[in-house]
Amino acid sequence: MYNKHLGDASLIACPDCDLLQRLPDLAPGASARCPRCDKELWRRREDSLSRTLALSLAASVVYVVANAVPMLSLKAVGHQASTTVFGGAVQLWNDGQEIVAGLVLFAAVVAPGLQIAVMLAVTLGARHAHPSRWVGALLRHYPTTRTWSMIEVMLLGVLVALIKIAELATVIPGTALFALGALVFLFAAIQATFDPREVWDRIEWAADGPRSAVGDRVPEATA
Amino acid sequence: MSASAAIAMQHRLQSCEVCGLLSRPPTGAGEGHCPRCGEELTFRKPQSLQRTWAFLIAAAICYVPANLLPVLTTTTAAGPESDTILQGVVLLWSPTGWPLSLIVLFASIMIPSAKILALAYLTITVQRGAIENGRQRVRLYRAVDFIGRWSMVDVFVDAFTAALVQLQPLMSVAPAPGLFFFAAVVVFTMLAVESFDPRLIWDATSAQEECHA
Repeated sequence: MYNKHLGDASLIACPDCDLLQRLPDLAPGASARCPRCDKELWRRREDSLSRTLALSLAASVVYVVANAVPMLSLKAVGHQASTTVFGGAVQLWNDGQEIVAGLVLFAAVVAPGLQIAVMLAVTLGARHAHPSRWVGALLRHYPTTRTWSMIEVMLLGVLVALIKIAELATVIPGTALFALGALVFLFAAIQATFDPREVWDRIEWAADGPRSAVGDRVPEATA
Repeated sequence: MSASAAIAMQHRLQSCEVCGLLSRPPTGAGEGHCPRCGEELTFRKPQSLQRTWAFLIAAAICYVPANLLPVLTTTTAAGPESDTILQGVVLLWSPTGWPLSLIVLFASIMIPSAKILALAYLTITVQRGAIENGRQRVRLYRAVDFIGRWSMVDVFVDAFTAALVQLQPLMSVAPAPGLFFFAAVVVFTMLAVESFDPRLIWDATSAQEECHA
């Protein structure tokens, strides 16, 4: 059973404290905060979808590079070894830590890949005047991919590992390490330019039929 | 802001966690679906406090073996040697390496325990119907949510140390059982954060305001 909507998309409740309020019409770059709990409710971005699409395209190229080439190599008395991002998970698996290997693979490879793929599909699909429902279905899962995509945490971990090992052998940073550094910035930039409200405002609704509104007055606080 | 704040739940309105749309469930129903994105809607996250406690207790139990058991085993000509997380921090401590040592100490030992304590404090204050410090408590929740992912850092350090140092028979590094429990602490605390509903922090305050209104 679908809920009835209020016929007014600017009327919202704060996700962190449930306070009813009306979102003001913002200038690009401006943001609205909840008067009770100070949560940032909305930040209006300029040209959000095109910029996010451009950044996601760049991220997909850098992502492929980061996963295709070695990240670190090591030299010590005639021996040599190297590893890719994927190799970190494989070694854990081979050493009998299958669950941790799965977690590393998910946080370092799968979730970031899904995050980029979802963002590409959403920004492409939302270019239509009335984006179809699959755009919303993908956008629904975007926050989960973001929570578990941990490129920046991994990069710090690799840096610590590099310094630890540097005391024992010569460590040579690979191309993938720099690609991962670039990816951290690209993810931050996507986060700063993407405005999900812009997509949700135009999307085809899940509830069929006329958009019946409740139509009664609701008291509200002014933000 | 008006003296008595209008709360969505008191007006039988549900806000969608996914797309942010405000809507009203069918008469008499406590749950429905968002008409825009189709997400299941409830007034508050279902069984929020029970689920948060379950994940917190699981995390606290795993925290003990995570710190007592070794996370890495280094095998050299002199034989195998195992290190716990804390021993790893001590090993990293050197005139040049101490900033990294501090990062690992914060990320692996202090953040997970602070997260468990902070969430336990938030859950207990909600259960006792506390009305003070709502703003500080929701800020604490956001800080826990923001910082939590960084405790994964040690899992990555150990994964890539083991992946790289494969110089048999000279030297090799392998993960040890503690790593599994440590990863479990990180995952359980992240799930606990996700289960907790910050709106519960304000419900006692809102109920009191309604009484006086």
